[in-house]
Amino acid sequence: MHDKTIAQLSAGLAAGEFSSEELTRSLLERIEQFNPGLNAFITVTDDVALSQARAADERRRQGQAGPLTGVPIAQKDIFCTDGVRTSCGSRMLDRFIAPYNATVVEKLNAAGMVMLGKTNMDEFAMGSSNENSFYGPVRNPWDLDAVPGGSSGGSAAAVAARLTPAATGTDTGGSIRQPAALCGLTGIKPTYGRVSRWGMIAYASSLDQGGPLARSAEDCALLLGAMAGFDPRDSTSVDRPVPDYVAALDRPLTGLKIGLPKEYFGEGLDGAVARAVAAAIAEYRKLGATVLDISLPNTHLAIPAYYVIAPAECSSNLARFDGVRYGHRCDQPKDLLDLYTRSRAEGFGPEVTRRILVGTFALSAGYYDAYYLKAQQIRRLISNDFQQAFAQVDLIAGPTSPTVAFNLGEKVDDPITMYLSDIYTIAVNLAGLPGLSLPVGFVGQRPVGLQLIGHHFAEECLLNAAHRYQQITDWHTRTPPAFA
Amino acid sequence: MSLGPAEVAKIAHLARLAIREQDVPAYARNLSAILELVEQMNAVDTSGIIPLANPLDMAQRLRADDVIEADQRAHFQAIAPRVEAGLYLVPKVIE
Repeated sequence: MHDKTIAQLSAGLAAGEFSSEELTRSLLERIEQFNPGLNAFITVTDDVALSQARAADERRRQGQAGPLTGVPIAQKDIFCTDGVRTSCGSRMLDRFIAPYNATVVEKLNAAGMVMLGKTNMDEFAMGSSNENSFYGPVRNPWDLDAVPGGSSGGSAAAVAARLTPAATGTDTGGSIRQPAALCGLTGIKPTYGRVSRWGMIAYASSLDQGGPLARSAEDCALLLGAMAGFDPRDSTSVDRPVPDYVAALDRPLTGLKIGLPKEYFGEGLDGAVARAVAAAIAEYRKLGATVLDISLPNTHLAIPAYYVIAPAECSSNLARFDGVRYGHRCDQPKDLLDLYTRSRAEGFGPEVTRRILVGTFALSAGYYDAYYLKAQQIRRLISNDFQQAFAQVDLIAGPTSPTVAFNLGEKVDDPITMYLSDIYTIAVNLAGLPGLSLPVGFVGQRPVGLQLIGHHFAEECLLNAAHRYQQITDWHTRTPPAFA
Repeated sequence: MSLGPAEVAKIAHLARLAIREQDVPAYARNLSAILELVEQMNAVDTSGIIPLANPLDMAQRLRADDVIEADQRAHFQAIAPRVEAGLYLVPKVIE
């Protein structure tokens, strides 16, 4: 059962081939067997899972089941889950039991999904390798010496190792798409405002967006349909109907115009990754797409602008962790300042500390205009580049990441090198666009991801294009040999 | 821009982070490298460009000023480090 997609599991549950309880038990056993070697889960929620599975089976008996009813999922540990520890990968929230459910969790619960547990992640979603977690690094199921990517590294490793058919993720600068690429999965970051951020612990509020990681575009379409939608509790949620993503999957791609930005194929791109991406583009030509060369001239400014805007927003968002209302509190504070400063210093790891410091500096008196406003102006230029590109093309394609998964420890001592691994994904967040990564090959045993970028609210088009590719290729069906 | 130990200490104070003395030089080095990276922005003339705060260029939605949440104080305080009689306890602020 563990090697089935959501679409296959849904059919099996509907046909009565197995119950949700049987499926859930078998996956919990796999988690028990494989998680110690991967560290993909921070918390495994056996009791919640079994009780939700039994409820899903009962719902099915009453004829009330939908396509996701009884299907297991893992939640990134950034989504608040009522009564269950929600650590955000941080010592700060190590003992934080969320008092409510995130909207995404509520919606997936309402669809009848079964939560297997909470997945490991870079602390407060800040990182590209999952090495910034308080709970230790996660290993890539394709190669245990490699990182799974980040920040949704536990989610990606859990799906790739077939411990769960899908997981939620969040993406502020690439944190769904990059781990999806490095672990051979399909993952979509929706348009900003498409999925509610309520109950999703905030990192950079103008960039954060939740989405699914799964084995196929079809599974992502099923999940996104359940996750997306207007939420009055998120003031940036967009009030716009959710299309039927599954219904759009099979549309022919004839006449689809795909743009290849020359800036995504230049210096820094690994040659073998470039070849796999070129082969995937050739498949798109076979599917009837027209491929055009385009330019996104301000691409090189995306990382500089991001490393002002994201830290600035993070320094503001993380100010709430004060050791008073919830989260870590230091022992024996001698006064209020000592309580704040020591609780925060003990609760946050080095990367989170760095970003809070950078953000505090960028927002401080005398520097605000030169850094924060400047970065927001650059952000406009980057967004304008995409607007101009989408006047010519329907989709933009390129590598998700300049290399395949790197080795554990390889970049951990050099934050700047780590930041540069998000070069192709970050601009998409700055412009609020949807982006999807799908597997298109391997370099050695490590997967390569192709990124598709669409115009605002063009998730249907991304999922359709990914699905059609997956109908004529089998990269997405490959299983890491050690987890077959 | 390069940040020295004194500047890092000042920023850390603004951010309410107690950074250990021995870690200050490493943070000064990292922060200076990050600022050097972000200062690539300065090569571009952005005069007249309107800053983009929301990627959809949308304004924050407002709602009617009505009470919509139920009182859950006890529930929320159950996860607080120290509470007493419905109040959060902190070290004495006023002597």
